Amino acid sequence: MKKGLFGWRGLVFQMLGVVLALAFTSLVLLVAKGDPFAAFINILRGSLGSIESFTNGMVAWVPLLLATAGVLITFSAGLWNIGIEGQITLGAIFTTGLLRLLQDSSLPPAVIIALGILAGPLGGAIWAALAGALRTYGDVSEIFGGLGLNFVATTLTLWLIFGPWKRPGIGSMSGTEPFPERLWLPFIGDLRLSWWSVIIGLVAMLVVFIILSNTYFGLKLKAVGKNSRAAFILGIPTDRYRMLAFIYCGMLGGIAGAVQVVGVYHRLIPSISSSYGYLGLMVAMLVNYNALWVAPVALFFALLNIGSIQLPIVLGLDSTLSGILQGALVLFMIMMDGVRRRVFHKTRRSDL
Amino acid sequence: MGAAKPVNVELKHIHKYFGDVHANDDVCLTIASGTIQGIVGENGAGKSTLMKVLSGFIQADEGEILLDGRKVVIRSPADASRYKIGMLHQDPLDFPSMRVMDNLLIGDGGGQIPNRKAVRQKFLELQQQFDFVINPDDFVDSLTVGERQQLEILRLLMQGARVLILDEPTTGISALQKEKLFATLQKLASQGMVIAFVSHKLEEIEALCQRVVVMRSGRVVGEAGQPYKVDDLVRLMFGKVITLGKPQHLVGSEEVLTVSNLEIESPRLRISGVNLTVHRGEVIGLAGMEGSGQVLFLRACGGLLRPIEKSKISVNGRDLTHQPYRKFLDAGVAYVPANRLAAGLVPGLTLADHFALVEESQPFLIAKDRVNDLTRRRIETFNIIGTPVSRVEELSGGNQQRALLALQGTALNLLLIEHPARGLDIESTIWIWGNLKERCKQGAAIIFISSDLEQILQYSDRIVVFFGGKTSAPLPAEEMDAEKLGQLIGGKGL
Repeated sequence: MKKGLFGWRGLVFQMLGVVLALAFTSLVLLVAKGDPFAAFINILRGSLGSIESFTNGMVAWVPLLLATAGVLITFSAGLWNIGIEGQITLGAIFTTGLLRLLQDSSLPPAVIIALGILAGPLGGAIWAALAGALRTYGDVSEIFGGLGLNFVATTLTLWLIFGPWKRPGIGSMSGTEPFPERLWLPFIGDLRLSWWSVIIGLVAMLVVFIILSNTYFGLKLKAVGKNSRAAFILGIPTDRYRMLAFIYCGMLGGIAGAVQVVGVYHRLIPSISSSYGYLGLMVAMLVNYNALWVAPVALFFALLNIGSIQLPIVLGLDSTLSGILQGALVLFMIMMDGVRRRVFHKTRRSDL
Repeated sequence: MGAAKPVNVELKHIHKYFGDVHANDDVCLTIASGTIQGIVGENGAGKSTLMKVLSGFIQADEGEILLDGRKVVIRSPADASRYKIGMLHQDPLDFPSMRVMDNLLIGDGGGQIPNRKAVRQKFLELQQQFDFVINPDDFVDSLTVGERQQLEILRLLMQGARVLILDEPTTGISALQKEKLFATLQKLASQGMVIAFVSHKLEEIEALCQRVVVMRSGRVVGEAGQPYKVDDLVRLMFGKVITLGKPQHLVGSEEVLTVSNLEIESPRLRISGVNLTVHRGEVIGLAGMEGSGQVLFLRACGGLLRPIEKSKISVNGRDLTHQPYRKFLDAGVAYVPANRLAAGLVPGLTLADHFALVEESQPFLIAKDRVNDLTRRRIETFNIIGTPVSRVEELSGGNQQRALLALQGTALNLLLIEHPARGLDIESTIWIWGNLKERCKQGAAIIFISSDLEQILQYSDRIVVFFGGKTSAPLPAEEMDAEKLGQLIGGKGL
């Protein structure tokens, strides 16, 4: 298996990458006439300052974990499933649709919630299968196909919110009519976090880790990703494996969408995917596709997101600062990995 | 080119380490202007390393390089190019999706706006001198390997190369192109160029080189001038005498493969009306210049390429015409491509991963211990230098080929191989063929492509010659010799 970015030898370089990312973000802040120190303290306080803020971070962690687990599968098959965003959205749409359908029925709420959570992966899988079919049978790059389908998914959400599923009276950007509380995943005490979503996220991650590190299916996916021509000649049905990678990834994205509906927003909102798909692609790259590191790194990213929510109010800075920091982290850490390899192995392009 | 100043090359006490491997161990070599210097040795002897040091692709850990007695430091291929040292690699380093002209301009380096007219003129003049016929407006990927090599030589000459390094240049080119190459090299040497010719084929050294050094395990173990005593060179290369042994014929009576009326169309070539029946234990050699249709034929036999309508292919009596590749695999057909890392193995995966991929019983989880045991056994049987956790790209070419063969199932009906011993030394070649003949004894039939006539004559039972899409009838190998075969390959009598 590939060594992660976090091998003991690279630790120093990784820390250097973090320092550079912080320095870069500070520079951006200075240009924007902000106080970097105050901003970082604020992010820290906003994410780790209280049990509420930390569990809010964990609320963001679950969908990010699911999205990252999904794209690890497609990355293994050599695919850039940027359509994960749309797959999350479709998951949320399917879950909302099913809950709307059953909310007035006599079924026990727990059954309705369970069916709702199962509808999510179905929606995500269908959307992913579309991108996969375009790629496998239509020769459309999954990046373009996925991006296109993301736009369609967003439009579909807006149409539902302002059309068939609009609130009684008038549709609004705040989403569809919230579901009654009995159809919510149970919260822990007064917190906004549910044990159920944490369990779903961790189990999904564990399953993906086992699939990729220890199963024939995962090994074959990797073979397809690294050299599909050789994989085909060795007898692996490459088209089928690519399709399966899309579908499994879509299912995980769909579960993320379902959790967003039953565990967080309790309705369909316009930006239900919250860019967790794109963020998941970044986390996957940052951990060098090593499933073991996804959970902690994803938690870190989720906390950054939550921590910067307060920035506009307290410091008058935009909350997208966390995005700058996350992007800078990915870039600088990948760069430092390249530097490390140059220093230690002295490999040069010409040797390859 | 003609005006290039003569130069003498001296390599002094070169050391190069790769990890624990001492790839070059105190190597000294002097090549005088106007000499074609042969450098021989088995795979992994350190020949390519030495040449890469001279051409700036890698740097020596110790030692120095002198040009005309003056010490130079060569840090990169760009440095080498400045000292007019050019290297022709085993695989041509060109830009396949661009035109010939653009390839020439890339190396030209003359200001921002290239002088197309002058470059074209120079190219055509040079090409005439050496009797090459390459259209400057063709796309590089439409050229044969031999033509790409010619293009590369011309490009290096246009840059004013005075030292030309060739690393196994005859791999993958036709006999005719080889003759042309040798004539070109002799002409260049007579103009005062230094030519370093790396090979493990002694007959080429004999035909071409005025002097030769033999390398083994990173050291120079011997040096000789014309005329050579071939037996001495072999003993120096391997530390012992090697003979090919008598051809073995193991043809059975049962039919394994029947091809009738095979017709294939590709953008460049059309093959039609091929009929061939192959029996258990039989070895069929496909000879011909590169790109004459052998690969298309072999791929059609393996189910990787769909022939046209009326063609018929059956394996073991089962009709597989137009069936998907999967069905061919199920029928016990295996295909071994020539380009090991691009089409045969999966770089980034380990040997154990590879053996797991082709395991017969595949439950959900991989039993790592069992796979490792299996891998260790195969490593031992197939004489692979590596461990279960070695990634395939870390293995040497010979070991990659052994691994590729080890991956093929044991109860095969038909084994199709492109260039089974391309780039391998005699010892590895003999080993590989010993293994293949063992499979024949177990009932497999083999069809293979090779540009090495000696190999085709030695190991085939029957030979099919391809020329421009036309094929000969299957010819019994005993009735053939290199000369007859060479004529057929050149299209005479076909």
